[in-house]
Amino acid sequence: MECLKVINPGLFTSVQDMGRFGYESRGVPVSGAMDEFAFRVANMLVGNVENAPVLEMTLMGPTLEVMQDTVVAVTGAWMNPLVNGVERPCWSSFPVRKGETLSFAPVKTGCRAYMAVPGGFEGDVVMGSVSTYTRGSIGGIKGRRLEKGDVLSLKRHTLFTHFFKVKEEYIPHYSAEEEIRIVPGPQHDYFSREAVELFLNSTYTITKDSDRMGYRLDGPAIKAKEKHDIITDGLLPGTVQIPGNGKPIIMLKDAQTTGGYAKIATVISIDLSKLAQLKPGDRINFRAVSLQEAHQLLKEKEEVLNKIKEILVPLRYFDVTVNGRAFNVGLEIL
Amino acid sequence: MYKIPRILPAGDKAVVVEYGNEISEECNKRVLNLYSALKRQDVTGITSIIPTYRSLLIKYEPLKLTVDDLTALIAKSDMSTSVEEFKAKVIEIPAAYGGDFGPDLEIVAEYHNMTSEEVIKIHTGSAYRIYMLGFTMGFAYLGGMSEKIATPRLEKPRTEIPAGSVGIAGSQTGIYPVTSPGGWRLIGKTPVKLYDPHRENPILLEAGNYIKFVRITPDEFHEIEQHVNKNAYEVKTYNYDG
Repeated sequence: MECLKVINPGLFTSVQDMGRFGYESRGVPVSGAMDEFAFRVANMLVGNVENAPVLEMTLMGPTLEVMQDTVVAVTGAWMNPLVNGVERPCWSSFPVRKGETLSFAPVKTGCRAYMAVPGGFEGDVVMGSVSTYTRGSIGGIKGRRLEKGDVLSLKRHTLFTHFFKVKEEYIPHYSAEEEIRIVPGPQHDYFSREAVELFLNSTYTITKDSDRMGYRLDGPAIKAKEKHDIITDGLLPGTVQIPGNGKPIIMLKDAQTTGGYAKIATVISIDLSKLAQLKPGDRINFRAVSLQEAHQLLKEKEEVLNKIKEILVPLRYFDVTVNGRAFNVGLEIL
Repeated sequence: MYKIPRILPAGDKAVVVEYGNEISEECNKRVLNLYSALKRQDVTGITSIIPTYRSLLIKYEPLKLTVDDLTALIAKSDMSTSVEEFKAKVIEIPAAYGGDFGPDLEIVAEYHNMTSEEVIKIHTGSAYRIYMLGFTMGFAYLGGMSEKIATPRLEKPRTEIPAGSVGIAGSQTGIYPVTSPGGWRLIGKTPVKLYDPHRENPILLEAGNYIKFVRITPDEFHEIEQHVNKNAYEVKTYNYDG
């Protein structure tokens, strides 16, 4: 069912779900939403199953023409949605009506925003997922980012007419410098203790050569004890590789499944969401945590997601006129 | 090769099981035996496994399967796979050699002071083990090519190599699954699609199996290509008997 028409695609907007699993042994990257936390909350806000396809919008949001009444939720980077130019809240859901224009204010903080609709967006299902992997031209809309004139369809029509916002205390705040937690390994023994300490005590800057495949970092070079090349083996989103020039590369969702550089560390899974909200020029400080600690943090994050779902704050929208100007205001229902 | 595999952390949702630090058939067989054993058990909490030359990356959901339980399971599965778990197959890949199909065939022949026919004979003479897949969708790392036709890569890589091209890089041979840039010496081309996202089995090759190239004529190439395009071509496979 046709729902939204792309007037302007924005900088890099693509259809993503949780990712493509089970084909990594055949060289297929997992892809999927870079910020899983924001992705899952966006789906919660419109009553979707967790893995429903959404739009991932990068730094500059798209302009869309609404082709049929529906509900929209926006989470992630702080780029306020605008309905016919009137601001709507982030981390909330709100109605859009046929004929309206949905656009986005310039990004204030963060890098990637997520837009969910009830039922999820339709896209090419390839190997069990609609996640767009542009380098392999699969998934989403013809395997590419959105282009002007594309029409996005809903997977099915749902009568979802509730509006919610996420309780303030659970909304993440993004900044231009983040602490990223890692578990050392699998090949941290390729590096001396001094080299590992230099890696942990330095500030790294995300370079322009950074995208959904990985972030190349600039900062102090980390030298391996002997060599940087290993016998090619498996990697996953979060793997930190140190190539011959010593500058770390963090592999992300569109990363290839194998690599031949020593892997000094792996970013803990919940901090991939933090990474997703950093952009070129932003800074990273790594901190080592134990595996036990990482598992505890994952458990806590899962509890937060459950709480968010339990206590979504219902909203009601009203049309009001003040001094002859029309506004549509979302109010919390007590 | 290690006596007991090393289990290394790869973040909070994966471990690496490493059998050695070498490229050998023996080591790779142990990798694939564990891979088969774990796949067969269909363990709740294991989300995927990437087998490589000498190790496996096992992804898991720590909230469903603890790392201690996973480690115990790996040890138990490794111990119980003394018999060969993985039954290898040979997949015949038809390939046309030379000319537009393999523009570097003559250069490879000259490099070794042989005729093109001799290069083809050697290249089609043995089955190549698929050690692993990776680098790009459907790309197979093959082992076992004769050193007699080992040839260095091009100094200046080509910007576009068509999918299906068969090449040599050093002592490796391989097939480009998708059109991409690259520096391999191209000696032939197969009409078979190693990768087709919309096919029931999108990726033809699997680690642990073997590839055997079978020479075809340009006419046969076009004939097979037509069948492939209609999704009506099936590669010939048979059991590997060493």
